[in-house]
Amino acid sequence: MPKDVLILAERAGDRLALVSSELCGIGRKLAGEAGGSLVALLLGGPGTKDLAKGLIALGADKVLAAESEHLAGYTNAVYTQVIDRALGEVSPFILLVTNSSIGRDVAPRIAFRRGASYAHDCTDLSLEGGRFAAVRPVYGGSAVSHVRSKTEALSVASVRAKALPPAEVQEGRGGELVEVTVAVEAGKVKMSFVETKRVEAEGVRLEDAEIVVSGGRGLGGPENFAHLHELAKVLKAAVGASRAAVDAGWVPTQMQVGQTGKIVSPNLYIAVGISGAMQHMVGAGPSKNIVAINTDPEAPIFQRARYGIVGDYKKVIPAFTKKCKELLEK
Amino acid sequence: MEILVCIKQVQDPDIPPRDFKVDEEKLAVIPPANVPPVINGFDENAIEAAIQLKEAHGGKVTVLTVGTDKARDALKKCLAMGCDEAILLQDPAFEGSDAFGVARLLAGAVRKVGAFDLILCGRLSSDWSYGATPLALAEALELPSVGQLQKVEATASGLRCERALEEGVEVVDVSTPCLLTVSNEMNTPRLPSVKGILMASRKQIPVWSAADVGVDPASVGAGAATLELTKLYKPVFSGTCEFIEGETLEEAAEKLALRLREDKII
Repeated sequence: MPKDVLILAERAGDRLALVSSELCGIGRKLAGEAGGSLVALLLGGPGTKDLAKGLIALGADKVLAAESEHLAGYTNAVYTQVIDRALGEVSPFILLVTNSSIGRDVAPRIAFRRGASYAHDCTDLSLEGGRFAAVRPVYGGSAVSHVRSKTEALSVASVRAKALPPAEVQEGRGGELVEVTVAVEAGKVKMSFVETKRVEAEGVRLEDAEIVVSGGRGLGGPENFAHLHELAKVLKAAVGASRAAVDAGWVPTQMQVGQTGKIVSPNLYIAVGISGAMQHMVGAGPSKNIVAINTDPEAPIFQRARYGIVGDYKKVIPAFTKKCKELLEK
Repeated sequence: MEILVCIKQVQDPDIPPRDFKVDEEKLAVIPPANVPPVINGFDENAIEAAIQLKEAHGGKVTVLTVGTDKARDALKKCLAMGCDEAILLQDPAFEGSDAFGVARLLAGAVRKVGAFDLILCGRLSSDWSYGATPLALAEALELPSVGQLQKVEATASGLRCERALEEGVEVVDVSTPCLLTVSNEMNTPRLPSVKGILMASRKQIPVWSAADVGVDPASVGAGAATLELTKLYKPVFSGTCEFIEGETLEEAAEKLALRLREDKII
Protein backbone atom coordinates (compact mmCIF):
# COMPACT_ATOMS: atom_id res chain seq x y z
CA MET A 1 0.00 0.00 0.00
CA PRO A 2 1.23 3.53 -0.75
CA LYS A 3 2.30 5.32 2.41
CA ASP A 4 3.64 8.62 1.15
CA VAL A 5 1.97 11.99 1.57
CA LEU A 6 2.16 14.58 -1.22
CA ILE A 7 1.58 18.25 -0.50
CA LEU A 8 1.05 21.05 -3.00
CA ALA A 9 3.11 23.96 -1.68
CA GLU A 10 2.49 27.46 -3.00
CA ARG A 11 4.49 30.58 -3.63
CA ALA A 12 3.51 33.95 -2.23
CA GLY A 13 5.49 36.20 -4.56
CA ASP A 14 9.18 35.68 -3.84
CA ARG A 15 8.75 33.46 -0.80
CA LEU A 16 6.96 30.32 0.22
CA ALA A 17 3.39 30.90 1.40
CA LEU A 18 3.06 30.57 5.17
CA VAL A 19 0.26 28.04 4.66
CA SER A 20 2.74 25.78 2.87
CA SER A 21 4.61 25.51 6.13
CA GLU A 22 1.33 24.51 7.80
CA LEU A 23 0.86 21.81 5.13
CA CYS A 24 4.42 20.58 5.78
CA GLY A 25 3.66 20.29 9.50
CA ILE A 26 0.54 18.14 9.11
CA GLY A 27 1.95 16.27 6.10
CA ARG A 28 5.07 15.31 8.09
CA LYS A 29 2.88 14.04 10.94
CA LEU A 30 0.65 11.91 8.69
CA ALA A 31 3.57 10.50 6.70
CA GLY A 32 5.35 9.65 9.95
CA GLU A 33 2.31 7.82 11.32
CA ALA A 34 1.89 5.88 8.09
CA GLY A 35 5.59 5.05 7.87
CA GLY A 36 6.02 6.88 4.57
CA SER A 37 7.80 9.93 3.21
CA LEU A 38 6.64 13.50 2.82
CA VAL A 39 6.91 14.71 -0.75
CA ALA A 40 6.29 18.38 -1.59
CA LEU A 41 5.48 19.81 -4.99
CA LEU A 42 6.05 23.46 -5.89
CA LEU A 43 4.97 25.01 -9.19
CA GLY A 44 5.80 28.41 -10.57
CA GLY A 45 7.81 30.66 -12.84
CA PRO A 46 11.44 31.70 -12.44
CA GLY A 47 12.86 31.27 -8.93
CA THR A 48 10.72 28.26 -8.03
CA LYS A 49 13.64 25.80 -7.75
CA ASP A 50 15.43 27.99 -5.23
CA LEU A 51 12.32 28.42 -3.12
CA ALA A 52 11.58 24.70 -3.30
CA LYS A 53 14.75 23.93 -1.30
CA GLY A 54 13.14 25.67 1.65
CA LEU A 55 10.55 22.90 1.84
CA ILE A 56 13.22 20.38 2.87
CA ALA A 57 13.99 22.43 5.96
CA LEU A 58 10.25 22.42 6.68
CA GLY A 59 10.12 18.61 6.75
CA ALA A 60 9.85 17.36 3.16
CA ASP A 61 11.96 14.29 2.34
CA LYS A 62 11.68 14.95 -1.35
CA VAL A 63 10.73 18.11 -3.23
CA LEU A 64 9.51 18.22 -6.80
CA ALA A 65 10.10 21.61 -8.37
CA ALA A 66 8.23 22.47 -11.54
CA GLU A 67 9.69 25.71 -12.87
CA SER A 68 8.43 27.01 -16.18
CA GLU A 69 7.23 30.14 -17.91
CA HIS A 70 3.96 28.23 -18.44
CA LEU A 71 3.48 28.17 -14.67
CA ALA A 72 4.28 31.83 -13.93
CA GLY A 73 0.58 32.69 -14.17
CA TYR A 74 -2.02 30.27 -12.85
CA THR A 75 -4.41 28.47 -15.15
CA ASN A 76 -6.47 25.51 -14.06
CA ALA A 77 -5.66 23.53 -17.21
CA VAL A 78 -1.84 23.70 -17.01
CA TYR A 79 -1.58 23.34 -13.24
CA THR A 80 -3.94 20.36 -13.24
CA GLN A 81 -1.84 18.64 -15.91
CA VAL A 82 1.44 19.13 -14.04
CA ILE A 83 0.04 18.20 -10.61
CA ASP A 84 -1.77 15.13 -11.90
CA ARG A 85 1.38 13.87 -13.59
CA ALA A 86 3.43 14.36 -10.39
CA LEU A 87 0.72 12.58 -8.44
CA GLY A 88 0.98 9.62 -10.80
CA GLU A 89 4.73 9.43 -10.25
CA VAL A 90 4.66 9.77 -6.47
CA SER A 91 1.58 7.53 -5.87
CA PRO A 92 0.83 8.90 -2.41
CA PHE A 93 -2.16 7.84 -0.30
CA ILE A 94 -2.89 11.43 0.68
CA LEU A 95 -2.66 14.64 -1.37
CA LEU A 96 -2.96 17.87 0.59
CA VAL A 97 -3.51 21.32 -0.86
CA THR A 98 -4.27 24.68 0.72
CA ASN A 99 -7.81 26.02 0.57
CA SER A 100 -6.51 28.85 -1.64
CA SER A 101 -7.58 30.15 -5.04
CA ILE A 102 -5.17 27.59 -6.56
CA GLY A 103 -5.54 24.61 -4.21
CA ARG A 104 -9.34 24.54 -4.17
CA ASP A 105 -9.42 25.06 -7.95
CA VAL A 106 -7.26 22.03 -8.85
CA ALA A 107 -7.88 19.49 -6.07
CA PRO A 108 -11.52 18.51 -6.84
CA ARG A 109 -10.71 17.88 -10.53
CA ILE A 110 -7.74 15.71 -9.67
CA ALA A 111 -9.64 13.82 -6.95
CA PHE A 112 -12.54 13.11 -9.31
CA ARG A 113 -10.20 12.04 -12.12
CA ARG A 114 -8.37 9.63 -9.79
CA GLY A 115 -11.48 8.19 -8.12
CA ALA A 116 -10.25 9.61 -4.80
CA SER A 117 -12.22 11.10 -1.93
CA TYR A 118 -12.13 14.87 -1.48
CA ALA A 119 -12.51 16.72 1.82
CA HIS A 120 -12.71 20.51 1.49
CA ASP A 121 -11.57 23.17 3.98
CA CYS A 122 -10.28 20.81 6.70
CA THR A 123 -9.18 22.19 10.06
CA ASP A 124 -7.59 18.96 11.28
CA LEU A 125 -6.42 15.71 9.70
CA SER A 126 -5.51 12.33 11.17
CA LEU A 127 -5.34 8.61 10.48
CA GLU A 128 -7.97 6.34 11.99
CA GLY A 129 -7.03 2.70 11.59
CA GLY A 130 -4.84 3.58 8.64
CA ARG A 131 -7.61 5.54 6.95
CA PHE A 132 -7.64 9.23 6.27
CA ALA A 133 -9.90 11.23 8.60
CA ALA A 134 -10.65 14.94 8.72
CA VAL A 135 -12.47 17.63 10.69
CA ARG A 136 -14.43 19.95 8.45
CA PRO A 137 -16.59 22.88 9.55
CA VAL A 138 -19.83 23.01 7.55
CA TYR A 139 -22.91 25.26 7.33
CA GLY A 140 -20.69 28.34 7.39
CA GLY A 141 -19.10 27.26 10.67
CA SER A 142 -22.42 26.59 12.43
CA ALA A 143 -21.59 22.87 12.63
CA VAL A 144 -18.46 20.74 12.70
CA SER A 145 -18.30 17.46 10.82
CA HIS A 146 -15.84 14.60 11.17
CA VAL A 147 -15.36 12.44 8.09
CA ARG A 148 -13.36 9.32 7.35
CA SER A 149 -12.37 7.70 4.09
CA LYS A 150 -14.26 4.46 3.45
CA THR A 151 -11.17 2.86 1.97
CA GLU A 152 -7.38 3.12 2.08
CA ALA A 153 -7.37 4.49 -1.47
CA LEU A 154 -6.14 7.99 -2.32
CA SER A 155 -7.66 10.83 -0.29
CA VAL A 156 -7.39 14.44 -1.38
CA ALA A 157 -8.00 17.29 1.04
CA SER A 158 -7.79 21.07 1.11
CA VAL A 159 -6.60 22.51 4.41
CA ARG A 160 -7.84 25.79 5.88
CA ALA A 161 -5.17 28.43 6.45
CA LYS A 162 -4.14 29.12 10.05
CA ALA A 163 -6.01 26.09 11.39
CA LEU A 164 -2.84 24.07 12.02
CA PRO A 165 0.57 25.05 13.42
CA PRO A 166 3.35 25.76 10.91
CA ALA A 167 6.30 23.35 10.71
CA GLU A 168 9.45 24.46 12.44
CA VAL A 169 12.41 25.26 10.23
CA GLN A 170 15.24 22.74 10.66
CA GLU A 171 18.33 24.22 9.01
CA GLY A 172 20.65 21.66 7.45
CA ARG A 173 17.96 18.97 7.19
CA GLY A 174 18.67 16.52 4.35
CA GLY A 175 16.34 15.86 1.46
CA GLU A 176 16.18 15.37 -2.26
CA LEU A 177 15.32 18.08 -4.80
CA VAL A 178 14.01 16.85 -8.12
CA GLU A 179 13.30 19.06 -11.09
CA VAL A 180 10.09 18.23 -12.91
CA THR A 181 10.09 18.85 -16.63
CA VAL A 182 7.00 20.73 -17.66
CA ALA A 183 5.67 19.61 -21.01
CA VAL A 184 2.36 21.30 -21.63
CA GLU A 185 0.06 19.38 -23.93
CA ALA A 186 -1.04 22.35 -25.98
CA GLY A 187 -4.11 20.67 -27.48
CA LYS A 188 -5.55 20.08 -24.03
CA VAL A 189 -5.12 23.65 -22.87
CA LYS A 190 -8.16 25.67 -23.80
CA MET A 191 -7.32 28.71 -21.70
CA SER A 192 -4.57 31.27 -21.35
CA PHE A 193 -3.39 33.45 -18.50
CA VAL A 194 -3.64 37.15 -19.33
CA GLU A 195 -2.55 39.09 -16.26
CA THR A 196 -2.86 39.62 -12.54
CA LYS A 197 -4.09 42.98 -11.30
CA ARG A 198 -3.03 43.38 -7.71
CA VAL A 199 -5.22 45.38 -5.37
CA GLU A 200 -2.81 46.86 -2.85
CA ALA A 201 -4.18 47.35 0.62
CA GLU A 202 -3.29 50.57 2.43
CA GLY A 203 -0.68 49.88 5.08
CA VAL A 204 -0.30 46.47 6.74
CA ARG A 205 -1.43 43.25 4.99
CA LEU A 206 -4.43 41.68 6.72
CA GLU A 207 -2.96 38.17 6.92
CA ASP A 208 0.28 39.42 8.50
CA ALA A 209 -1.14 42.02 10.86
CA GLU A 210 -0.70 41.76 14.64
CA ILE A 211 -3.76 43.95 15.05
CA VAL A 212 -6.83 44.10 12.79
CA VAL A 213 -9.58 46.71 12.96
CA SER A 214 -12.67 45.49 11.10
CA GLY A 215 -15.93 47.18 10.21
CA GLY A 216 -19.36 45.81 9.33
CA ARG A 217 -22.86 46.81 8.40
CA GLY A 218 -23.14 48.77 11.66
CA LEU A 219 -20.77 51.39 10.29
CA GLY A 220 -23.62 52.69 8.16
CA GLY A 221 -21.61 53.79 5.12
CA PRO A 222 -18.25 53.72 3.33
CA GLU A 223 -17.16 57.14 4.63
CA ASN A 224 -17.19 55.83 8.20
CA PHE A 225 -14.30 53.47 7.50
CA ALA A 226 -12.19 56.63 7.95
CA HIS A 227 -12.63 56.23 11.73
CA LEU A 228 -11.18 52.73 11.47
CA HIS A 229 -8.26 53.80 9.29
CA GLU A 230 -7.40 56.47 11.83
CA LEU A 231 -7.36 53.92 14.64
CA ALA A 232 -5.42 51.49 12.47
CA LYS A 233 -2.76 54.11 11.88
CA VAL A 234 -2.28 54.59 15.61
CA LEU A 235 -2.14 50.83 16.30
CA LYS A 236 -0.19 49.96 13.10
CA ALA A 237 -3.11 47.70 12.31
CA ALA A 238 -4.66 46.41 9.10
CA VAL A 239 -8.26 47.27 8.23
CA GLY A 240 -10.73 44.51 7.42
CA ALA A 241 -14.45 44.24 6.80
CA SER A 242 -17.36 41.84 7.03
CA ARG A 243 -19.04 40.52 3.91
CA ALA A 244 -22.01 42.82 4.56
CA ALA A 245 -19.74 45.85 4.14
CA VAL A 246 -18.18 44.35 0.99
CA ASP A 247 -21.54 43.39 -0.54
CA ALA A 248 -22.81 46.92 0.14
CA GLY A 249 -19.93 48.14 -2.02
CA TRP A 250 -18.34 50.16 0.79
CA VAL A 251 -14.92 48.51 0.58
CA PRO A 252 -13.11 46.25 -1.90
CA THR A 253 -13.53 42.48 -1.67
CA GLN A 254 -9.85 41.98 -0.75
CA MET A 255 -10.67 43.47 2.66
CA GLN A 256 -13.22 40.77 3.48
CA VAL A 257 -12.58 38.64 6.54
CA GLY A 258 -14.57 35.42 6.68
CA GLN A 259 -15.28 32.00 5.26
CA THR A 260 -15.10 33.22 1.68
CA GLY A 261 -12.66 36.04 2.42
CA LYS A 262 -9.44 36.08 4.38
CA ILE A 263 -8.61 34.16 7.51
CA VAL A 264 -6.71 36.29 10.00
CA SER A 265 -4.98 35.40 13.26
CA PRO A 266 -3.86 38.66 14.84
CA ASN A 267 -3.13 39.11 18.51
CA LEU A 268 -5.98 41.65 18.62
CA TYR A 269 -9.10 41.81 16.44
CA ILE A 270 -11.32 44.84 16.96
CA ALA A 271 -14.78 44.23 15.49
CA VAL A 272 -16.75 47.42 14.97
CA GLY A 273 -20.42 47.21 14.03
CA ILE A 274 -20.04 43.51 13.17
CA SER A 275 -22.73 41.17 14.48
CA GLY A 276 -20.43 38.15 14.34
CA ALA A 277 -22.21 35.80 11.97
CA MET A 278 -20.66 32.32 11.86
CA GLN A 279 -19.33 32.90 8.33
CA HIS A 280 -17.45 35.98 9.56
CA MET A 281 -16.09 34.18 12.61
CA VAL A 282 -14.55 31.51 10.39
CA GLY A 283 -12.18 34.27 9.29
CA ALA A 284 -11.83 36.15 12.58
CA GLY A 285 -11.99 33.15 14.94
CA PRO A 286 -8.25 32.35 15.01
CA SER A 287 -7.58 35.83 16.53
CA LYS A 288 -6.10 35.59 20.03
CA ASN A 289 -8.09 38.46 21.52
CA ILE A 290 -11.33 39.84 20.16
CA VAL A 291 -12.77 43.20 21.18
CA ALA A 292 -16.31 43.98 20.04
CA ILE A 293 -18.09 47.29 19.78
CA ASN A 294 -21.75 46.96 18.89
CA THR A 295 -25.04 48.63 19.76
CA ASP A 296 -26.81 45.27 20.18
CA PRO A 297 -25.89 43.55 23.47
CA GLU A 298 -27.30 40.29 22.06
CA ALA A 299 -24.97 40.30 19.02
CA PRO A 300 -23.23 36.91 18.73
CA ILE A 301 -19.84 38.65 18.43
CA PHE A 302 -19.90 39.20 22.21
CA GLN A 303 -19.89 35.42 22.77
CA ARG A 304 -16.50 35.30 21.09
CA ALA A 305 -15.06 38.52 22.51
CA ARG A 306 -12.73 39.02 25.47
CA TYR A 307 -13.85 42.63 25.95
CA GLY A 308 -16.95 44.39 24.70
CA ILE A 309 -18.55 47.80 24.70
CA VAL A 310 -22.24 48.14 23.98
CA GLY A 311 -22.84 51.46 22.27
CA ASP A 312 -22.42 53.70 19.26
CA TYR A 313 -18.98 53.25 17.71
CA LYS A 314 -19.03 56.91 16.65
CA LYS A 315 -18.63 57.84 20.31
CA VAL A 316 -16.38 54.92 21.25
CA ILE A 317 -13.80 54.80 18.45
CA PRO A 318 -12.60 58.44 18.49
CA ALA A 319 -12.13 58.37 22.29
CA PHE A 320 -10.49 54.94 22.07
CA THR A 321 -8.16 56.13 19.30
CA LYS A 322 -7.16 59.21 21.29
CA LYS A 323 -6.44 57.19 24.43
CA CYS A 324 -4.45 54.55 22.50
CA LYS A 325 -2.36 57.28 20.91
CA GLU A 326 -1.67 58.80 24.30
CA LEU A 327 -0.69 55.42 25.81
CA LEU A 328 1.50 54.40 22.91
CA GLU A 329 3.36 57.71 22.81
CA LYS A 330 4.37 57.38 26.47
CA MET B 1 -25.42 31.75 -26.30
CA GLU B 2 -26.75 28.49 -24.87
CA ILE B 3 -26.19 28.59 -21.12
CA LEU B 4 -26.76 25.92 -18.49
CA VAL B 5 -26.82 26.83 -14.80
CA CYS B 6 -26.57 24.23 -12.03
CA ILE B 7 -28.04 25.25 -8.70
CA LYS B 8 -28.56 23.78 -5.24
CA GLN B 9 -31.35 24.42 -2.81
CA VAL B 10 -30.03 24.93 0.72
CA GLN B 11 -31.25 25.69 4.21
CA ASP B 12 -31.51 29.47 4.69
CA PRO B 13 -28.01 30.41 5.95
CA ASP B 14 -29.31 33.58 7.60
CA ILE B 15 -31.37 31.93 10.34
CA PRO B 16 -30.42 33.02 13.89
CA PRO B 17 -27.72 30.76 15.44
CA ARG B 18 -30.17 29.56 18.12
CA ASP B 19 -32.47 28.14 15.41
CA PHE B 20 -29.64 26.11 13.89
CA LYS B 21 -30.05 22.59 15.30
CA VAL B 22 -28.13 19.37 14.85
CA ASP B 23 -29.21 15.79 15.59
CA GLU B 24 -25.92 14.35 16.82
CA GLU B 25 -27.29 10.79 16.86
CA LYS B 26 -28.59 10.83 13.30
CA LEU B 27 -25.67 12.99 12.11
CA ALA B 28 -28.09 15.40 10.50
CA VAL B 29 -28.96 19.08 10.52
CA ILE B 30 -32.58 19.63 11.60
CA PRO B 31 -34.29 22.01 9.17
CA PRO B 32 -35.72 25.04 11.02
CA ALA B 33 -39.50 25.07 11.28
CA ASN B 34 -41.33 27.62 9.12
CA VAL B 35 -38.20 28.82 7.30
CA PRO B 36 -38.33 27.77 3.64
CA PRO B 37 -35.12 26.63 1.92
CA VAL B 38 -33.48 29.06 -0.49
CA ILE B 39 -31.29 29.00 -3.60
CA ASN B 40 -27.62 28.81 -2.58
CA GLY B 41 -26.30 32.39 -2.59
CA PHE B 42 -23.48 31.97 -5.12
CA ASP B 43 -25.85 29.96 -7.36
CA GLU B 44 -28.21 32.92 -7.47
CA ASN B 45 -25.25 35.04 -8.65
CA ALA B 46 -24.70 32.41 -11.37
CA ILE B 47 -28.37 32.66 -12.45
CA GLU B 48 -28.11 36.45 -12.63
CA ALA B 49 -24.89 36.23 -14.65
CA ALA B 50 -26.54 33.81 -17.09
CA ILE B 51 -29.56 36.06 -17.58
CA GLN B 52 -27.32 39.09 -18.17
CA LEU B 53 -25.30 37.18 -20.79
CA LYS B 54 -28.54 36.13 -22.49
CA GLU B 55 -29.78 39.72 -22.47
CA ALA B 56 -26.53 40.89 -24.08
CA HIS B 57 -25.99 38.10 -26.62
CA GLY B 58 -29.31 36.32 -27.05
CA GLY B 59 -29.80 32.58 -26.55
CA LYS B 60 -31.36 30.51 -23.83
CA VAL B 61 -30.78 29.72 -20.15
CA THR B 62 -31.59 26.27 -18.79
CA VAL B 63 -31.36 25.61 -15.06
CA LEU B 64 -30.69 22.18 -13.55
CA THR B 65 -30.85 20.90 -10.00
CA VAL B 66 -30.70 17.60 -8.15
CA GLY B 67 -33.29 17.47 -5.40
CA THR B 68 -36.70 16.50 -4.11
CA ASP B 69 -40.13 17.97 -4.88
CA LYS B 70 -39.27 20.97 -2.68
CA ALA B 71 -36.54 21.97 -5.16
CA ARG B 72 -39.32 22.95 -7.61
CA ASP B 73 -39.66 26.20 -5.65
CA ALA B 74 -36.02 27.03 -6.35
CA LEU B 75 -36.44 26.22 -10.05
CA LYS B 76 -39.64 28.30 -10.24
CA LYS B 77 -37.78 31.27 -8.83
CA CYS B 78 -35.06 30.87 -11.48
CA LEU B 79 -37.73 30.79 -14.20
CA ALA B 80 -39.37 33.86 -12.69
CA MET B 81 -36.01 35.68 -12.69
CA GLY B 82 -35.71 35.03 -16.43
CA CYS B 83 -34.42 31.51 -17.09
CA ASP B 84 -36.12 29.77 -20.02
CA GLU B 85 -36.25 26.15 -18.94
CA ALA B 86 -35.78 24.17 -15.76
CA ILE B 87 -35.08 20.48 -15.19
CA LEU B 88 -35.34 18.58 -11.91
CA LEU B 89 -33.17 15.50 -11.41
CA GLN B 90 -35.09 13.36 -8.96
CA ASP B 91 -34.82 9.68 -8.10
CA PRO B 92 -34.66 7.77 -4.78
CA ALA B 93 -31.29 6.45 -6.00
CA PHE B 94 -29.86 10.00 -5.78
CA GLU B 95 -30.35 10.34 -2.02
CA GLY B 96 -27.16 10.79 -0.04
CA SER B 97 -25.04 11.52 -3.13
CA ASP B 98 -21.81 13.33 -2.36
CA ALA B 99 -20.42 16.12 -4.54
CA PHE B 100 -18.95 13.65 -7.01
CA GLY B 101 -22.24 11.73 -7.25
CA VAL B 102 -24.10 14.96 -7.96
CA ALA B 103 -21.46 15.84 -10.57
CA ARG B 104 -22.06 12.49 -12.33
CA LEU B 105 -25.82 13.15 -12.37
CA LEU B 106 -25.39 16.67 -13.70
CA ALA B 107 -22.94 15.42 -16.33
CA GLY B 108 -25.55 12.90 -17.51
CA ALA B 109 -28.18 15.60 -17.65
CA VAL B 110 -25.91 18.02 -19.54
CA ARG B 111 -25.21 15.31 -22.17
CA LYS B 112 -28.95 14.76 -22.54
CA VAL B 113 -29.61 18.50 -22.96
CA GLY B 114 -27.18 18.57 -25.90
CA ALA B 115 -25.21 21.48 -27.32
CA PHE B 116 -24.27 24.39 -25.09
CA ASP B 117 -21.65 27.14 -24.86
CA LEU B 118 -21.35 27.65 -21.17
CA ILE B 119 -22.11 26.06 -17.80
CA LEU B 120 -22.34 28.41 -14.81
CA CYS B 121 -22.29 27.30 -11.16
CA GLY B 122 -21.92 29.02 -7.79
CA ARG B 123 -18.43 28.64 -6.36
CA LEU B 124 -19.44 26.96 -3.07
CA SER B 125 -22.59 25.84 -1.28
CA SER B 126 -23.43 27.38 2.07
CA ASP B 127 -24.56 24.07 3.63
CA TRP B 128 -22.11 21.18 3.25
CA SER B 129 -19.55 23.31 1.38
CA TYR B 130 -18.03 20.39 -0.53
CA GLY B 131 -16.54 22.95 -2.91
CA ALA B 132 -16.23 20.23 -5.50
CA THR B 133 -19.38 19.72 -7.56
CA PRO B 134 -18.71 22.29 -10.33
CA LEU B 135 -15.09 21.29 -10.86
CA ALA B 136 -15.90 17.57 -10.83
CA LEU B 137 -18.65 18.30 -13.38
CA ALA B 138 -16.09 20.06 -15.60
CA GLU B 139 -13.78 17.06 -15.20
CA ALA B 140 -16.58 14.60 -16.03
CA LEU B 141 -17.39 16.53 -19.21
CA GLU B 142 -13.71 17.25 -20.00
CA LEU B 143 -14.40 20.96 -20.08
CA PRO B 144 -11.98 23.77 -19.26
CA SER B 145 -12.95 25.51 -16.02
CA VAL B 146 -12.27 28.93 -14.54
CA GLY B 147 -13.20 29.41 -10.89
CA GLN B 148 -14.40 32.20 -8.63
CA LEU B 149 -15.36 34.81 -11.21
CA GLN B 150 -16.27 38.41 -10.56
CA LYS B 151 -16.68 39.30 -14.24
CA VAL B 152 -17.12 37.58 -17.60
CA GLU B 153 -17.19 39.09 -21.09
CA ALA B 154 -17.59 37.56 -24.51
CA THR B 155 -14.63 38.05 -26.86
CA ALA B 156 -14.15 37.14 -30.52
CA SER B 157 -12.66 33.75 -29.65
CA GLY B 158 -14.31 32.84 -26.34
CA LEU B 159 -14.69 34.43 -22.93
CA ARG B 160 -12.52 36.77 -20.86
CA CYS B 161 -12.83 35.98 -17.15
CA GLU B 162 -11.79 37.90 -14.07
CA ARG B 163 -11.16 35.74 -11.00
CA ALA B 164 -11.65 37.44 -7.63
CA LEU B 165 -8.56 36.52 -5.61
CA GLU B 166 -7.13 37.22 -2.15
CA GLU B 167 -4.64 39.75 -3.52
CA GLY B 168 -6.45 41.15 -6.52
CA VAL B 169 -7.85 40.03 -9.82
CA GLU B 170 -6.57 37.40 -12.26
CA VAL B 171 -7.56 37.65 -15.92
CA VAL B 172 -7.90 34.42 -17.92
CA ASP B 173 -9.13 33.81 -21.48
CA VAL B 174 -11.02 30.58 -22.08
CA SER B 175 -12.58 28.97 -25.13
CA THR B 176 -16.13 27.63 -25.20
CA PRO B 177 -17.70 25.32 -24.29
CA CYS B 178 -16.48 25.73 -20.72
CA LEU B 179 -17.57 25.77 -17.09
CA LEU B 180 -17.27 28.84 -14.89
CA THR B 181 -17.91 29.25 -11.18
CA VAL B 182 -19.32 32.51 -9.94
CA SER B 183 -18.56 34.49 -6.78
CA ASN B 184 -20.73 37.09 -5.06
CA GLU B 185 -18.57 39.91 -6.44
CA MET B 186 -20.08 39.24 -9.90
CA ASN B 187 -23.48 40.91 -9.44
CA THR B 188 -26.55 41.49 -7.29
CA PRO B 189 -29.26 38.99 -8.24
CA ARG B 190 -32.51 40.56 -9.41
CA LEU B 191 -35.85 39.95 -7.77
CA PRO B 192 -38.41 38.15 -9.93
CA SER B 193 -40.95 40.49 -11.53
CA VAL B 194 -44.70 39.93 -11.21
CA LYS B 195 -44.82 39.11 -14.93
CA GLY B 196 -41.93 36.69 -14.45
CA ILE B 197 -43.70 34.91 -11.61
CA LEU B 198 -46.86 34.55 -13.74
CA MET B 199 -44.91 33.16 -16.68
CA ALA B 200 -42.97 30.77 -14.43
CA SER B 201 -46.17 29.39 -12.92
CA ARG B 202 -47.27 28.25 -16.39
CA LYS B 203 -44.03 26.47 -17.25
CA GLN B 204 -43.66 22.68 -16.95
CA ILE B 205 -40.62 21.36 -15.10
CA PRO B 206 -39.59 17.95 -16.48
CA VAL B 207 -38.30 15.39 -13.98
CA TRP B 208 -35.37 13.20 -15.02
CA SER B 209 -34.49 9.94 -13.27
CA ALA B 210 -31.23 7.93 -13.17
CA ALA B 211 -32.36 6.08 -16.30
CA ASP B 212 -33.19 9.35 -18.09
CA VAL B 213 -29.71 10.77 -17.53
CA GLY B 214 -28.00 7.45 -18.29
CA VAL B 215 -26.24 7.18 -14.94
CA ASP B 216 -25.58 3.86 -13.20
CA PRO B 217 -27.49 4.12 -9.87
CA ALA B 218 -24.53 2.41 -8.15
CA SER B 219 -22.26 5.35 -9.06
CA VAL B 220 -24.43 7.83 -7.14
CA GLY B 221 -26.28 7.95 -3.82
CA ALA B 222 -25.00 7.30 -0.31
CA GLY B 223 -23.36 4.01 -1.28
CA ALA B 224 -21.07 5.68 -3.82
CA ALA B 225 -19.88 8.40 -1.42
CA THR B 226 -16.16 8.05 -0.69
CA LEU B 227 -16.24 9.59 2.79
CA GLU B 228 -18.39 8.58 5.74
CA LEU B 229 -19.66 11.08 8.27
CA THR B 230 -18.63 9.97 11.77
CA LYS B 231 -19.59 13.00 13.89
CA LEU B 232 -21.66 16.16 13.56
CA TYR B 233 -22.09 18.78 16.28
CA LYS B 234 -22.38 22.51 16.97
CA PRO B 235 -19.13 24.13 18.09
CA VAL B 236 -19.15 25.48 21.64
CA PHE B 237 -17.67 28.87 22.49
CA SER B 238 -16.87 29.83 26.06
CA GLY B 239 -18.54 33.26 25.92
CA THR B 240 -16.68 35.05 28.74
CA CYS B 241 -16.93 38.57 27.39
CA GLU B 242 -16.19 41.27 29.94
CA PHE B 243 -18.32 44.31 29.18
CA ILE B 244 -16.48 47.58 29.79
CA GLU B 245 -18.80 50.31 31.05
CA GLY B 246 -18.47 53.92 32.10
CA GLU B 247 -20.45 57.07 32.85
CA THR B 248 -20.20 57.83 29.17
CA LEU B 249 -19.19 55.75 26.14
CA GLU B 250 -16.07 57.89 25.85
CA GLU B 251 -15.08 56.90 29.37
CA ALA B 252 -15.71 53.22 28.58
CA ALA B 253 -13.53 53.59 25.48
CA GLU B 254 -10.67 55.01 27.54
CA LYS B 255 -11.02 52.20 30.09
CA LEU B 256 -10.85 49.68 27.27
CA ALA B 257 -7.62 51.21 25.95
CA LEU B 258 -6.10 51.14 29.45
CA ARG B 259 -7.16 47.53 29.94
CA LEU B 260 -5.63 46.42 26.64
CA ARG B 261 -2.44 48.25 27.60
CA GLU B 262 -2.36 46.53 31.03
CA ASP B 263 -2.84 43.16 29.32
CA LYS B 264 0.04 44.11 26.98
CA ILE B 265 -2.24 43.50 23.99
CA ILE B 266 -1.45 46.95 22.62
